[in-house]
Amino acid sequence: MSAPLLELAGVHAGYGPFKAVVDVDLTVPAGGAVALLGPNGAGKTTVARVVSGLVRPTAGTVAFDGEVISGLPAHEIARRGVAHAPEGRSVFATLSVEENLALPLRQAHGTARAAELTDQAYAMFPRLGERRAQLAGSLSGGEQRQLSLARVLVDPPRLLVVDELSLGLAPVIIGEVYQRLAEIRRLGTALLLVEQYVEHALGIAESIVVLRAGEVAYAGAPLPTDELSQLFLAAG
Amino acid sequence: MPDVVEYAIRGVPMGCVFALVAIGIVLTYKTSGVLNLAFGAQAYVSAALYYTLRDPDRFGWPMVPAVVVSVLIAAPALGWFLDRALYRHLRTAPPVAKLVVSLGLLVAIPQIVNLDFLLGSQAKLAPPGVASEDPIYVAGINTSANEIVTVVVAVLSVLGLGLLFRRTNLGLQMRAVVESPRMTQLAGVNADRVGSFAWMLSSLFAGLAGVLVAPLFAQLTDLDFFGLLIAALAAAVFARLVSIPMAFAGGIALGVGQALAAGVLPADNVLSTGFRSVLPFAVLFGLLLFWPGLRDHAGGGDPLAGVDPPPPSPGGFVRPRWMTVLNRSLAGAGLVVFVVATLAVFDEFWLRVITQGIILSLIFLSVTVVVGLAGQISLCQAAFAAVGAFATAQLVDKTGMSVLVAMVVGAAVAAALGALIALPALRLSGIYLALATLAFAVMFENVLVPLEAVSGPTRQLKVPRPLLAGIDFANNRAFLLLCTALLALVAGIVLLIRNGTTGRALTAMRSSELGVASLGLSTGRLKVIAFAVSAAIAGFGGGLMATFERQMGRQVYQANFTFFVGLVWVVLVITLGARTVPGAVTGGLSFVLFRQILEKVLGVSATLAGSVSFILFGLGALTYAKHPEGIVEAQTQRFVRLVSRRRAHPPDDAPTAVDPVAPAEARP
Repeated sequence: MSAPLLELAGVHAGYGPFKAVVDVDLTVPAGGAVALLGPNGAGKTTVARVVSGLVRPTAGTVAFDGEVISGLPAHEIARRGVAHAPEGRSVFATLSVEENLALPLRQAHGTARAAELTDQAYAMFPRLGERRAQLAGSLSGGEQRQLSLARVLVDPPRLLVVDELSLGLAPVIIGEVYQRLAEIRRLGTALLLVEQYVEHALGIAESIVVLRAGEVAYAGAPLPTDELSQLFLAAG
Repeated sequence: MPDVVEYAIRGVPMGCVFALVAIGIVLTYKTSGVLNLAFGAQAYVSAALYYTLRDPDRFGWPMVPAVVVSVLIAAPALGWFLDRALYRHLRTAPPVAKLVVSLGLLVAIPQIVNLDFLLGSQAKLAPPGVASEDPIYVAGINTSANEIVTVVVAVLSVLGLGLLFRRTNLGLQMRAVVESPRMTQLAGVNADRVGSFAWMLSSLFAGLAGVLVAPLFAQLTDLDFFGLLIAALAAAVFARLVSIPMAFAGGIALGVGQALAAGVLPADNVLSTGFRSVLPFAVLFGLLLFWPGLRDHAGGGDPLAGVDPPPPSPGGFVRPRWMTVLNRSLAGAGLVVFVVATLAVFDEFWLRVITQGIILSLIFLSVTVVVGLAGQISLCQAAFAAVGAFATAQLVDKTGMSVLVAMVVGAAVAAALGALIALPALRLSGIYLALATLAFAVMFENVLVPLEAVSGPTRQLKVPRPLLAGIDFANNRAFLLLCTALLALVAGIVLLIRNGTTGRALTAMRSSELGVASLGLSTGRLKVIAFAVSAAIAGFGGGLMATFERQMGRQVYQANFTFFVGLVWVVLVITLGARTVPGAVTGGLSFVLFRQILEKVLGVSATLAGSVSFILFGLGALTYAKHPEGIVEAQTQRFVRLVSRRRAHPPDDAPTAVDPVAPAEARP
C-alpha cells in the first residue's frame, strides 16, 4: 500500500470556546474513498473544514501528499489540489453560472484554458449551459450541486471533500449526483465524503470513519447498517 | 429655451464631482460590502495633503508630484492600512457592523487631519485646481480647464471600472470576495490580497475625488466634504449601491438639477437658495422612501459565515442573581456617594461639567432604546434633542408656561417627529435606515434650523430654571440633584421597557425581523414605537439642556446639538454599550469629562482636547466589531466570569455542549 494522500494525526479543533473535534486520526489513500459518518453535531463538518484550511486545528497535524498543510491559508491548500464542496449552498449566489465556473478555473489554468473547460462543463451538463448567464442563486438545489460538481469533473482535484452532498436534494437527484462522484473517482480523485445518510456513502466508500461527540468511535472497513446504527445510537 | 440648456450644462462639472464620489461609494460597497460613510473623510485626507504640498508656505510643490503623492500614493496607502487594520477582520461581519466602524472613522479621520501640526492652524483657502481655473469658452459655454479635467476623469472612471468588472478576472474575484471570502479561498484565490486591492482601488477614488473637488469650495473644511458625501449618497442609493453607470447618471442628474434650480428660479429668492441646498437631502430621503429594490444583501450572506466563532451575544448574557443584587446596590450607593461628593467637593465649574454629563446621559438613553433595544441605527438623535429644546424654549417664551410642562410637551413634539422619521423604517432596515436618519439629521441642520418656525428668532430665547414644590432650581447644586433624579427616572423607564413585553419584542426584532413577523408581531409598529420613545427621551433631555443653559437658540444649537455631535453620541454609546443603562451613563459622563480633564487637569489646549476626545471616541467604534455588546458590558461579563470561576459555579451560559454544527446553521 502506498503512502496516504491525506493524513490527520491527533487533530483538535473548534470555534472559540467550543471544542468540536478531539484527537481525530484519519487517513485517505491516494485514489481511495473514505466516508466520514456520524450523528448530528458529531464534528464531521469541522473535520472537513480542517482539511480544506477553513478552520485551523488547535493541535495535531494535517498532512497532504506527505507535506504538512495545517496552518496554511485555505487558498494555498486549494492550489495543492484539495477541493472542498461545503455543506448547504456551495456556489456564489450573486455570480452567474459562468462566473462560478470561471473563478476557480481561471485561477488554476488561466483565462483561455478556463473557457475551454467551461465549455466541457456545459457539454456534460447542458442544463447549466442553458443558464450560463443566470445568477447561481436562482438555480434549484440540484442544479447548484451540478454546478459545483461540474467544476470538479472538468478539472479533477487530487482530493475532493464533499460535505452533506445529499442534504436537501430530491432522491432522484441524489442518485445522479453519486453517479457523478463515481465518475470523478475514476478520474483518479480521492474522496472524503461527509454524510449523515449512511446508505449513500457506503455505496462508494471502501472504508469509513465514525465520529461521535467529536471523537473517532470507529475506523475501518464498512460495517453492516445494524452495527452502524448501534454506534450512532450509543452517542451520548 | 437655450438658457435652460446652458444652465443645465453648467451643472455637469459639479454633477461629475458628485458622480465621482458616488462611484467610489458604490465601488467600495461592491468590493468590500462596506457602506463607507468615511469616504468623504478619506477624500478630505487627500485634499488636505494636496493642499499642504501645493501651499507655497509649506512645500510649494508643482501640480504633478503633488497629485502623484496625494492621489496615487497616499490614498491607496490609506485604503491598504484600513483593510489590514480593520476591514479584513470584518469581512464576514453584518453590514451594520461595518457601517458603525466607518461611522467611527468618519468622526475620527477629519479630526486627525485637522490637528494643528498636520494641517497648520491658519484658515485654509482652497488649493489651486489640478488645471487652470481661468474661464474659457468651449462651444459658447463658460467653463474652465479644471472643470473639463473633472468631467473627463469621471467619464474615464465609469468606462474603466466597467471594463474591470465585466472583462477582468480581478473584477470577478472582488465580487466573489464580497459574497464569501471563504468560498473564494476554496476556489484557490487569495481573498485577503483581493480584498486589500479592492480597498486600495476604492480609496484611490476617494483621493481622486478629494483633489478634484477641493478647489470648488472657498475654503478647505471637512464639513464641505460631508455635504458632498450626502449628495453622493443620493446618487449611490439611486444606483442601489451596485450599478456604477447608474451612480454616474445619478450624480450628473443631481448636479444639473442644482444648477437648474439656481439658474431658472429667480436669484436672491429664498426659494432658490433654499431649494438648491435642500435638493440632495430631499432626493436621498425621497429615494429611500420610494425607490424600489433597496435591500441589505442580495445574496443572502456568506454560506460559510459559521466558520468564524459566534460573536458574543449582545443581549443574552444571563447574570447570576447575586450579581444583579450587588450591581443594583452598588449603583445606588455609588449614586449617593457621587451626589454628596459633587455637592460638597466640586466648585461651580466642575458642577456645571457634571450636570452637563448627567443631562447627556439622559439623552444617551434615547440611543439605548432605538439602537440598543430595537437594533436600528439612528443618526438623528441630536435633531430630536434639538427639537425638544427649541419647543421648550418657544413654549416658555410665547405662552409663559412652566418649564417642566414645556419640557414634557417638547418631548411629545419630538416623539411625533420620531414616529414620522420611522416611516421609512417600515420599509427599510439596516444600512438604508441609517442613511435615511442621516439624511434627515443633515437636512434638519441645514434647512430646518435656519427657519424661524423651528428655531425661533435669531436672538437667544431665555429659558428659566424650573420652580417645583417651592424649590428654585436656579441653584446649580439643586439643579444637579434634579437632573440626577430625572436621569434615574428615565433609566427606570428604559429598564421597564427593556424587561417588559415591548422590550422582548424589540430584542427579538433585533435578532431577526423575519422571526418577529412570523410570531404575528408588526415590525413596522415596533420600529415606530422605538423611534417615538427614543425621540421623546432625547427631546426631554434637550429641554433639560435648554433650561440648564438658561437659554436656547442657534448658538446653543451649534454648541450642543449639531448633527456631527449627534454622530459622536451614537458612536460613543454603541462603543460603550448600547443595551445597558451603565453604557449610556458612562457615555454621557465621558463625553464631557474626558475633554475637561484633558484641558483643566492635564493642561492640554482647548482645541486639542476637543480633537483628541473626538478622535478617541471615533476610534473607539473600531472595537465594535469585536465587542458588539459594548466595552462596559464586555468588562462586566469578564468580571462575572472571573468571580464565578473563583466561586466554582460556572456561569449559566458557559459552553458545555459540543455542537459544532449549530453555530454554522443558526446564523442565516
